[in-house]
Amino acid sequence: MDHTRPRHLTVLVVALLVLGALIMVLPLAWMVLTSLKTFPEILRNPAPWLPAAPQWQNYRTVWEGFAFYRFFLNSTFVAAMVIAGTVLTCCPAAYAFAYYDVRHKELLFGGLLCTLMLPAQVTVIPLFQAFAALHWVNTYLPLVLPAWLGGNVFGIFLLRQFFRTIPRSFIEAARLDGASEWSILWKLVVPMSVPAVLTVVIFTFLWSWNDLFNPLIYLHNEATYTLPVGLLYFIARAEQLTGGNAGQVPWHLVMTLATVMVAPVIVLFMFAQRRFVEGVAASGVKG
Amino acid sequence: MNRRAELLWFWLLAGPALAGFAVFNLWPMLDSLWLSFCQYDVVTAPRFIGLRNYVYLLKSDPAFWASVKVTLVFTAVQLPLSLAAALGVALLLNQPVRGRGFWRAVYFLPSILPQAASVAVFVYIFQSDGGLLNRLLALGGVAGPAWVSSPTWALPVVILISLWGFGYPMVIFLGGLQNVPRELYEAAHIDGADAWARFRHITLPQISPVIFFNLVMGVIGALKVFDLAYAFGAAQGLTPGGPARATLFYGLNLYQQAFTYFHMGLASAMAWLLFAVILLITWLNFRLGRRWVHYGD
Repeated sequence: MDHTRPRHLTVLVVALLVLGALIMVLPLAWMVLTSLKTFPEILRNPAPWLPAAPQWQNYRTVWEGFAFYRFFLNSTFVAAMVIAGTVLTCCPAAYAFAYYDVRHKELLFGGLLCTLMLPAQVTVIPLFQAFAALHWVNTYLPLVLPAWLGGNVFGIFLLRQFFRTIPRSFIEAARLDGASEWSILWKLVVPMSVPAVLTVVIFTFLWSWNDLFNPLIYLHNEATYTLPVGLLYFIARAEQLTGGNAGQVPWHLVMTLATVMVAPVIVLFMFAQRRFVEGVAASGVKG
Repeated sequence: MNRRAELLWFWLLAGPALAGFAVFNLWPMLDSLWLSFCQYDVVTAPRFIGLRNYVYLLKSDPAFWASVKVTLVFTAVQLPLSLAAALGVALLLNQPVRGRGFWRAVYFLPSILPQAASVAVFVYIFQSDGGLLNRLLALGGVAGPAWVSSPTWALPVVILISLWGFGYPMVIFLGGLQNVPRELYEAAHIDGADAWARFRHITLPQISPVIFFNLVMGVIGALKVFDLAYAFGAAQGLTPGGPARATLFYGLNLYQQAFTYFHMGLASAMAWLLFAVILLITWLNFRLGRRWVHYGD
């Protein structure tokens, strides 16, 4: 722009941004501060703003004492399996929909896209019934198996959009060189689409890591809990677990758990902020 | 590649996803439609009862209407506020400020955190004794209420908690704002239009497609709220939905009917009513979108 902006306007914009950002960060700061306090400090009314001495052992307490490492490993395992299944089935499906001319292809793709509108509440009851009949309740199969059958339709959509920007001549040339479709997909197309694949991996991780609905329905055995269910379970049984009095929730430990659960998401976000933003932007493109 | 090889490869590569579509979407969708006409408690086989689930829900189930009301109030209050916040921050971020990527990250971050954790943090902040909010209010001489355990305040608190995360619509607004042609602003500036006039007559019409998109996605998202509502109750060590059904969201009510009371047929009917509303909104989106929204020339 050729006209210069008045200086006071820039100051106002920055001031508003700082104020809003403080509101955004305050709950997280309070979470971390609380996680470093002692139980007596929590029970004092009012609790001190800062811990007298940071209680780093709270992290060891929840990790080992309340077997939170187990929930963490469960969540990690489920997320890893879901991500692997998503990449291994969504990439081929996106490739097939991007490059092959098959009759009724658009109809099939439209059908897939329609599932984005289908609420989980509609499918969950028959699926629960089926998984229960197979004795798969309290296993990770109900959480993981859909991902191994291309369950991430948004991922297929995003990958197909990206694959289509690769010039067809590349594919044709590889075919003339005698490369199989399978190796063209994994050795040419996917390596050329790393940003899109990463976006899909990141969103798949988020959905799996943050999911409360499905683990709540399929996991009823404490040893199988993932982090979100584990956290709520801890709160429900906190008095028993910590030997506190009725109504005295050990919020310092709850906040420790919350911090442990949130930390991987924040770290991932710091390294891959652009992928997050591009993924969201891509969902709005067709709007 | 000949046609037969192409067809073979298509089914080899897309087959798993299409099988998943059939097994995890198409079949359960049709089965739940059937179950919605049945009485079904998991233990005994489903028994066809016609429209009785639907009639019961619409005519005599108090929990159903309570949950409809909670969900509608939430949508009507939360959605305009969160879209206004998202647009406001997007407008700020669209200014030439330094460190734009950093600010965008700060405002986006809360939206991607696990709700079980963030709701637990807020439930602690909103505790009547020793909660951060009431302490801050006390500094100003105000005695805050018992937020989370009050039937009056519980839903407003849930709305406030959800307002922490407006990152998705914000990023989409930002994309829309960055697509507005610069020349339009330059021309308006030369014509002497003030900031409000430029916003009203250039920005708003130009970004109306993304406003509409965010609105539709927001309504559909609000109708499906579950994690937020469940975690709000569970983080207090209580049965989710309370106090006094004040936070009994539709999605939560459905879950409880199905998996707490094993009224699977009734819950299926609730699921299909929800699906019907979502289909209606999507249809309206296509029908009305063209009339209300400026898509350029």
